[in-house]
This record gives sequence, structure tokens and C-alpha cells, in this order.
Amino acid sequence: MEYFTILYKEVYKILFLIIPILVSVALIVWFDRRVWGFVQKRRGPNVVGPFGLLQTLADALKYIFKEIIIPASANKVIFILAPIVTMTLALSAWAVIPLSDKMVISDINVGILYIFAISSLGVYGIIMGGWSSNSKYPFLGAIRSAAQMVSYEVSIGIIIINVLLCTGSLNLKDIVLAQKNLWFVVPLFPMFVIFFISALAETNRPPFDLPEAEAELVAGYQTEYSGMMYAMFWLGEYANILLMCALGTILFLGGWLSPVDIYPFNIIPGVFWMIFKILLLFFMFAIIKAIVPRYRYDQLMRLGWKIFLPFSLIYVVLTSSFLIYFDLLPNKGF
Amino acid sequence: MKLNRIFKIIFLSEFINGIIIAFKEMFRVKKTINYPFEKGAISPRFRGEHALRRYPNGEERCIACKLCEAICPAQAITIESEERSDGSRKTTKYDIDMIKCIYCGLCEESCPVDAIVQGPNFEFATETREELYYNKEKLMENGDRWESVLAENIKLDKPYR
Repeated sequence: MEYFTILYKEVYKILFLIIPILVSVALIVWFDRRVWGFVQKRRGPNVVGPFGLLQTLADALKYIFKEIIIPASANKVIFILAPIVTMTLALSAWAVIPLSDKMVISDINVGILYIFAISSLGVYGIIMGGWSSNSKYPFLGAIRSAAQMVSYEVSIGIIIINVLLCTGSLNLKDIVLAQKNLWFVVPLFPMFVIFFISALAETNRPPFDLPEAEAELVAGYQTEYSGMMYAMFWLGEYANILLMCALGTILFLGGWLSPVDIYPFNIIPGVFWMIFKILLLFFMFAIIKAIVPRYRYDQLMRLGWKIFLPFSLIYVVLTSSFLIYFDLLPNKGF
Repeated sequence: MKLNRIFKIIFLSEFINGIIIAFKEMFRVKKTINYPFEKGAISPRFRGEHALRRYPNGEERCIACKLCEAICPAQAITIESEERSDGSRKTTKYDIDMIKCIYCGLCEESCPVDAIVQGPNFEFATETREELYYNKEKLMENGDRWESVLAENIKLDKPYR
């Protein structure tokens, strides 16, 4: 009986996280398309529901009723498994994201490592999808995507080291609380910019959307997918984008903390600030999608390995020497 | 010069300019129309869905001369005719295969009595192919529905013919 209560408690906590995330993914897709349209002086989806808010729901319904086609030469098991893996991983990383002081499913001490591990696994979904399709374009797309995600994860890792040096903790809550006086976006501004650009590459967003470059690779690793399986890839992708926005918010923009700790701002609940900041970052994602052309593959690799990686390494040295010189290191006991 | 360029690259100045421009453009007047709710202006010569017209007294205009059938480049029109009890020649069958039709407007041009016309309606998409095989009833019904617009359009286009 006790078992049952614990199970019930956990399950309802998870449901309360996953359902809002799925809903917000749907809304974010709408927001993305809308911003894209607005920049191009179009209207974007505006017919289904108020302001077209239910457009994604309509699309999802359409996908559900479509036929799932599995190519004859595909590896069936892996082909089916790939979108499931992508979506599960994208959603499971949300378990440690603190939306506010209390709103977090598991408040573990290595939260940032957990997120990192999960988002690195994300590349498996894409590789599996691309390779098991047994077709040229998906395969090329998957290779590109794997190379891109792996190389940008390195620079994201080193950027995160900068933040960790300033907080002395891997717990995401502690990282947010360490920004009580000064958001890390101020002292680590170059790192924030690099983090943002790497996040674009990490989530395969334009200008780094080479894995699904429709001019060259049809739709990349998704070419052979149809119906609900395609929709799951797409859900996973947007859940990942949201996750990256949330991570950027937590690491640099002070998570759920209000920008100024004075009267009208600090009575607004933290969740609101968190969501507001995530949306702000996502707005940047969306507007960048509308304005930039796609990178060439060698340019992408050069940017990752020859510019971002050395620059963030130098910044690690700078940050740590600064902290030691001014005696600002947290956890001095060690 | 070179230093300038390096600074531009490091501070992503062109990128930031791009974002600012994009942000400004977002609030400009839209270049597209809100389609299902507002529609673009259509010329009186617009060649849309076909219709068979009537005279004001209710008599159908078509005299079954079969000029439209003859001129139709896609051979989309099929006509069969018969002598009616009052001695006039009328169609018993007037079919247009709207899938074959290329909307060239030659049937309208060739018609000596302005019976077959192409109206301003372009929203007649259907879910099945069969619904697009128009017969005489459907065409007459179209004519009755759009008569006011059709008459107006023909009047407007008259000076140029």
C-alpha cells in the first residue's frame, strides 16, 4: 500500500510535468511559425482557434491519422525505436529542470551532468533513424547531425565549466541561487553568446540546420518517416529546443529570479519569470531562423572547433584566474 | 580597414543589425491577405468555375451549336442535343470534366449566345474526383447562383471584345 502511494505520488508529478511540456511544445511550434511569418511580413497560422493557437493540435491530429510507412529495406525495430528514443530523451531531461524554488521533480546534486548526459544521448535517436532507414539522404543527414552535435557539445561543456567555477555546485537550484546578486550573463556575456550559438547548433536549428537541409538532403534523417513517427521526431526536436532555452535561462539569466528584487517584481511568482525568460530566448531562436542563411558544413566545423572551443577554453582560464586573484572562489574548503 | 572587419566579426555587428531589422519588419504592414476572410481583387475576365446562363425569362441560353465542344483544346466538354417540342434545339446533356479542363476560356469566347461562361468562383475544390464531373444541372445551378455577377462581368468586359 505504501508502495502504491509513492508510485502514485511520483506518477502524478511526472504527468504534471510532461503534459504542460507537450502543450508548451505545441504552443512553441505555433509561436515559432508565427514569428517566422511576421518577420517575412506574412501572417503565419492564424485560422485554427484564437490567433491560430490550436494549429499545432490540428497538425498533430493530421499526423495521427496518417499512414506510417516503413521502407521495405529498413531495419524495422530500430526504425520504429528511433523517434521514441528521441522524444523520450528530450522529455526525460526535463526531470531536473527547476521551474521555480519548489517546482522540480528530482532535485539531484549532479543535475547539470544529468542534462548533459541525456542531451548527448539525443544523437542516438537521430543516428538510429538515419541509419536504419537504409537510404542515402537520411544516412548523410544522420552523419552530419552526429558530427555537429558532438562537436558543439564539447564547447557547451566548457562554457558550462565557466558557470560552475562561479557557483561551485552542479545542482541547478544552487546555480540559480548563486545568481541572486548578479546574473551570470553580465560577467560571462561572451560565454552566453557562444552558448546561445552552440545551442542553435546542438538543436539543429538554422543557421546550423545542415542535418535536415532541405535543399541538399530532402529532409535529412526524417526523410523516410511519416505520420506519427515523424511528428514524434518533431516533438522531440522542439522539446530539445525548449530544454536548451531553459538551460540558458538557468545558467545565465538567473532562472526564476526576478530581474530586480523590488516590490512590484518580487511578488510575481518565480514560474512566471522562468517561463518569460525561456520565451525570450526562444524568441531569439525563432527570429534567427528567419534572418540567417545556412552555414556550409566546413564553416560549421571550423566555427565549432577552431573558434568556440579555444575561445571558451581561454575564458575558463580567465574566469578561474580572476576568481583566484580576487579570492572569490566558492567552496574554499576544498 | 582590416581591423574594422575583425571587430565586426568579433562583435557580431552584422548579426545584431539583422536581428534589429527583423524586429522592425515584424511590425510593418503585412504583404499577404488574410485569405479565407478577405480575398484578392478579381478581374471581370477571370476564368473560374463554369456556369450555364439563362435568359431573363428563364429560358436557357444554350442552343446546342457545339462550338464550345469543338474548340475545347482539352476535349473536356461533351454535348448531346435534341429537338424540343416547340421546334428549338436544346441540349439533353452538357458535361464538363473539370479535371480535364485547362481553364483557357475558349468555350466562353466561342459561345454565340453567352451561354457557357467562366465565373469568378475559384473555390470549388472537392474531396472526390467524381464531384468534379459537372453535368448540366450543376452548370445551370451555378448559372443561377452567380447570374448577377456574371452579367455584371460581361457588361464590364464588353467594350474590349
